[in-house]
Amino acid sequence: MNASDESKIEPKRRIQFAFTDEQEQFRSAIRRFLNDKSPTIEVRRLMATAEGYDPAVWRQLSEDLALPGIHIPEQYGGAGFGMVELCIVTEEFGRALLCAPYFSTAVLAANAILNSGTEAQKAALLPDIAKGARRAALAITESDGNWDPAGIEVVATRDADGYLLDGVKSYVVDGHTADLLIVAARTPETVGREGLALFTFDGHAGGVERRLLESMDPTRKIARIEFRRAHAKLLGNLEGGATPILRTLDQAAIALANEMVGGAQALFDAAVNYAKLRVQFGRTIGSFQAIKHRLADMLLDVELAKSAAYYAAQAAAADDPEWPALASLAKAAASETYLQTAIQCIQIHGGIGFTWDNDTHLWFKRAKSSEVFLGQPGYHRELLMQRWGV
Amino acid sequence: MSKVNEAEIRAEVREWIAANWNPDMSLVEWRGKLADSGWGMPQWPKQWYGRGLPLALARAVEEELSNVGAVSVAKSGVRLLAAATLLEHGSDPQKKKFLRRILTGEDTWCQFFSEPGSGSDLAGATTRADLNGDYWIINGQKVWTTSAHHADHGLLLARTDWDAPKHEGMTFFVIDVKQPGVDVQPLKQMNGHASFNQVFFTDAKVPLENRVGGVGEGWKVAMTTLAHERRGADGLPPPSKRGTRVGRIHAEERAETEKANQPYKWYPQRAGRVDLVIDRAKETGVNRDPDVRQEIARLMIMAKSAEWTARRARAAQQQGRPQGPEGSLGKLAASNVARAASRVHTMITGTEAMLTGSASPRDGIIAEILVSVPAVSIAGGTDEIQRNIIAERVLDLPKEPRFDTGPFRNVRKN
Repeated sequence: MNASDESKIEPKRRIQFAFTDEQEQFRSAIRRFLNDKSPTIEVRRLMATAEGYDPAVWRQLSEDLALPGIHIPEQYGGAGFGMVELCIVTEEFGRALLCAPYFSTAVLAANAILNSGTEAQKAALLPDIAKGARRAALAITESDGNWDPAGIEVVATRDADGYLLDGVKSYVVDGHTADLLIVAARTPETVGREGLALFTFDGHAGGVERRLLESMDPTRKIARIEFRRAHAKLLGNLEGGATPILRTLDQAAIALANEMVGGAQALFDAAVNYAKLRVQFGRTIGSFQAIKHRLADMLLDVELAKSAAYYAAQAAAADDPEWPALASLAKAAASETYLQTAIQCIQIHGGIGFTWDNDTHLWFKRAKSSEVFLGQPGYHRELLMQRWGV
Repeated sequence: MSKVNEAEIRAEVREWIAANWNPDMSLVEWRGKLADSGWGMPQWPKQWYGRGLPLALARAVEEELSNVGAVSVAKSGVRLLAAATLLEHGSDPQKKKFLRRILTGEDTWCQFFSEPGSGSDLAGATTRADLNGDYWIINGQKVWTTSAHHADHGLLLARTDWDAPKHEGMTFFVIDVKQPGVDVQPLKQMNGHASFNQVFFTDAKVPLENRVGGVGEGWKVAMTTLAHERRGADGLPPPSKRGTRVGRIHAEERAETEKANQPYKWYPQRAGRVDLVIDRAKETGVNRDPDVRQEIARLMIMAKSAEWTARRARAAQQQGRPQGPEGSLGKLAASNVARAASRVHTMITGTEAMLTGSASPRDGIIAEILVSVPAVSIAGGTDEIQRNIIAERVLDLPKEPRFDTGPFRNVRKN
């Protein structure tokens, strides 16, 4: 009791500009795991399946590395770390393009439960998520692809033992396989940000049609979900409104920004390596200033986006009041950088970079889909301006 | 260990300050005391006006001095680059002759490196030094020389051997600027300021004892100067915070700072003045324009990310980790930020961007930004050179084939 009182009056955690030795070791452990489990031959195998992940690898990353609950407090069965560690995981996963229901389960759904659930709900839902025994997905966007919760149209109507959901959700990451769906919906006859709440829905129950969409990025599966008088439970209460949804989206934007800079780094490394190997006109192409300067600019771009992504994660971990604005800043920065790096990486590879056999397109497609996932850069730049009061 | 030492050092310097500091002294007299006691540059060697202290303790000394509002030794301009070069490569008589007067501020220094024909390619210098009896005779032209019009001495890089390869035929000198063979002309820039000079040498004389380092070793010596230049910020001295302090010494220091800062007045503008952007958007009302909002956001994202990248580089350094790529990127990032800021200022200012001087918003500051930003991607190493450095030193990419090997006489020049 005393301890928690003290922690409240302690000064806010300072923003760190370097990772700690423990964090670096954690990163290395994940990287070793991924070198072993997620070479591109595996990525290519899994992206061609409907499920899109390897249950054995998911079990290992859950049981051996405890990654799905890395940021979940210990009292709910997690490892008790925070946003910075979660973002180290997503950065490394983005770098290796791991095919796994991690972003959906750990980043989106677990944070939604943490932000919205009652004590009893957190205690009931989170331990299984932390262990990797329950894969979950968060359904916010609908067919119009709007990331502003004000546009939500799925309706939740009160009935005897909970709520009935009606309407269509789309772009739900891993929505076709999740054991648990968390659905943002509104109570009848409300508009805008009023009347919004999150609901939990057992993925294996009836009243729902889940359809895998053909996604440009086959390493990230997305689904359309149609609810017809589907029985759901309220997650938390109706008073929270849009707040927990927005908080979850902002956290997700930061985690995605870190995932994107991981991917950008992989593309950049591939471009540098190729420039050192490829010979034309009797010289490696990396000796031409046209290529050297392009690579120098790419490095600058990647490092700047990393700084934004890292800073946003640190700010969220420190609960700096500015962190939601920084979430938008980091998302916009990383989106532009990831896609530009992918485009330049293809360009440096020349013709081979446009072939299916070359791996660059795997990251290019992740870059393209991440650019619009959770909102386009322009949307986040506008959010940034609003949040800074411009 | 440094805990005990630091307390002792602080006590010692406090005692010395109490016995010596007096704001009614002349600047030169006080700085002479600082130099002779070694408290002015505690990190310098004991025999040369220092105390051989590690940098961390030197900072503690500096702190004690500034706590009582005591003036420091002279640090502005090129003088400390000159001192660092002399400490490393100078002879004892040279150190004796020049170092103390550098610290007291009695002598001002400038740097004769760049030439009209060798900007990025500094080693292509063609200003010549020919041995004639007791003197080296200097002929040629240098450019971009800050403070040459009031400098006493210059660091000079000149060619002494035209048959040696480019980097091996140069020698480093200290030249007396105030002599008949040295003609200093201000160089007016496109933004109207004249922060630099071009300097013509016609049979100017350098006595033999003013050669620094060996004949043909000029490039190596110049590298020391340049390394210190890169380590320091921008040559831009910090604004004086002692504006209101009373006493003869403070008045003299203010006058000195004013003179030293004169060439750099427009430097904040050349960096793009990102700090003004949001206020300007609000005061003009264009903060409601969605296109402008997007551009402001892009700029702020880049500027913030660049700032955090510099912080990451510093944090890594403080933790003793090997420097990552983030440390080499600052200059290029600053160019990009400045250019983006200039574009956004134009968008915000609209048609008024056609005006200049007091007709331009913010008493001409906006116009000065627009015509000063082109300097930022050139001064101190062009963006192209920065990219080469990043590509070759950070990414380990191969160098371009060279065409300037062999005797310098035969190398193609401007």
